[in-house]
Amino acid sequence: MSAVLRLYRRIRRNRAVNVSGGILAAIAVLAVLLPLVSQNNYLETDFGRILEAPGLADMHWFGTDDLGRDLFVRTMMGIRVTLLVAIVASIVSLVIGVLYGAFAGYVGGRVDAVMMRFVDALYAMPFIFFVILLMVVFERNFLLIFVAIGAINWLDMARIVRGQTLSLREREFVEAARLNGVSTARIILRHIAPNLMGVVIVYVTLTIPQAILVESFLSFLGLGIQEPQTSLGALVNAGVNQMESAPWMLLIPGGLLALILMCFNFLGDGLRDLFDARQNR
Amino acid sequence: MAQYVLKRLLGAIPTLLFVVVLSFLLVHAAPGGPFDEERVLPDAVAANIEAYYHLDESLPKQFVRYLSGVLQGDFGPSYRYRDHTVSELIADAFPLSIRLGVMAIIVGVVIGVGLGTLAALKQNTVTDRVAMGFAMSGISIPIFVIAPLLVLFLAVKLNWLPAGWSGSSGVSRMLLPVIALALPQIAYISRLTRASMIDVLGSGFIRTARAQGLGTYAVVRYHAMKPAMLPVLSYMGPAIASVLTGSVVVEQIFGIPGLGQFFVTGALNRDYTLVLGIVIFYAALIVLLNLIVDILYGVIDPRVRYR
Repeated sequence: MSAVLRLYRRIRRNRAVNVSGGILAAIAVLAVLLPLVSQNNYLETDFGRILEAPGLADMHWFGTDDLGRDLFVRTMMGIRVTLLVAIVASIVSLVIGVLYGAFAGYVGGRVDAVMMRFVDALYAMPFIFFVILLMVVFERNFLLIFVAIGAINWLDMARIVRGQTLSLREREFVEAARLNGVSTARIILRHIAPNLMGVVIVYVTLTIPQAILVESFLSFLGLGIQEPQTSLGALVNAGVNQMESAPWMLLIPGGLLALILMCFNFLGDGLRDLFDARQNR
Repeated sequence: MAQYVLKRLLGAIPTLLFVVVLSFLLVHAAPGGPFDEERVLPDAVAANIEAYYHLDESLPKQFVRYLSGVLQGDFGPSYRYRDHTVSELIADAFPLSIRLGVMAIIVGVVIGVGLGTLAALKQNTVTDRVAMGFAMSGISIPIFVIAPLLVLFLAVKLNWLPAGWSGSSGVSRMLLPVIALALPQIAYISRLTRASMIDVLGSGFIRTARAQGLGTYAVVRYHAMKPAMLPVLSYMGPAIASVLTGSVVVEQIFGIPGLGQFFVTGALNRDYTLVLGIVIFYAALIVLLNLIVDILYGVIDPRVRYR
């Protein structure tokens, strides 16, 4: 327990981690709560007041879009979707990456060599194009987006987890479990995986911004989240089409997207420095 | 060396085969056919079309036909651009994309290495902070936000540069797209350079060089630069992939008729053969360029042994 407490104190002292974590928490909470306060919803169109500039009237705090929909609520909805997709996709990549990496590292030998060779081969592939192919071929739904993004981000995780597992499997407690006849699957799940959590949390923080980028990239191209649902990428896309007459439609969601990405990058960098100063990728 | 190159080339074959199989199967697993449209075609017409595109054959047979075509550089006919084959479309559009991409990478390396070296030499000063703050924003602001902002301010508001591709010519219309593509690379490369340059500058042989009275410029130019460039060189593979991905967006925003533009239009139009062809083409390109980078790595770093 005291080790956890010490770690917690070190995290509290790191300014980059605190500030960026605080901003992200605030954004997430506001994106969930504020739409409840507003009198507007994200669907309702009002052709009497299209492309209205941000102001206080009728709670159109971020103005309205080209269909007269309230941009404030839409932006908040967009942040929700963006964060949700990123977090779920990261969990998908976490599960695949940890299981794959831990198995390869624990079993070792030829199996490990083949499995890692496969990861190397996948590294060379333009995954984003595969995801676009997936989006073209199948009905675009949330689930597919989660899985597709998760499936491209697990490679780094698998490599890092494998490296950690290689050293963990030589430790006494693993040897003790093995001598007691615990099965391989159980050793990986109950003895190896919990000890990987520190590294894994750090890399999830670094995976989330990548997932956000992929999702918003797809939505920007019109291949991700579909209308009337929205995400920050889809909002930026709509903003680009109107940027000469209504620059706020681009600046607000684009700025928030950049802010969120920057916070995750700072958070991940900071946590990585705290957890494993000598960890080399 | 020649043996190594040969071995790597052979090693690339399974990867590429995997790409072809996976993307081929994906496309053929699609629910509905490529010619399902709102107007229902008479059965005879549909059968004729299917026969023309060999869609009536069994899947393995179609695959063998496709693969042997791909090996001869023939990606089949486009489903939407009826008068063109996919290979023709790629041959038309790719030169433009590669020109933009190469220019962006050159700009990215030159400015990124310069900025990173400067930050490393002035570590923990204001210069360093400003350069790294710039780099962090370059990494965090997505290219599809940067590019429209560049258009909005430099083209629409200030009217310094043309906003679109058509209606202008020469270098001026290349400038904004290249800047947009290069900015994320500058950001990434400057961070890499700074870290590795700080590492190298702290090592023994640099201290020796300094002790012999060499100035900062000479130390960096003749001693530190080459070893510090190794991480940058190994980033070149991912950089190429990232520029290709970025070019999809940039071509869309500036209306450049490059391969990325065709890819997106193809994707939105469900032009399966075109999208399939471009995915395979890009994959082959990236695998090949990665191989070249790996070989160059050994040319620059004599410690690397080819096995």
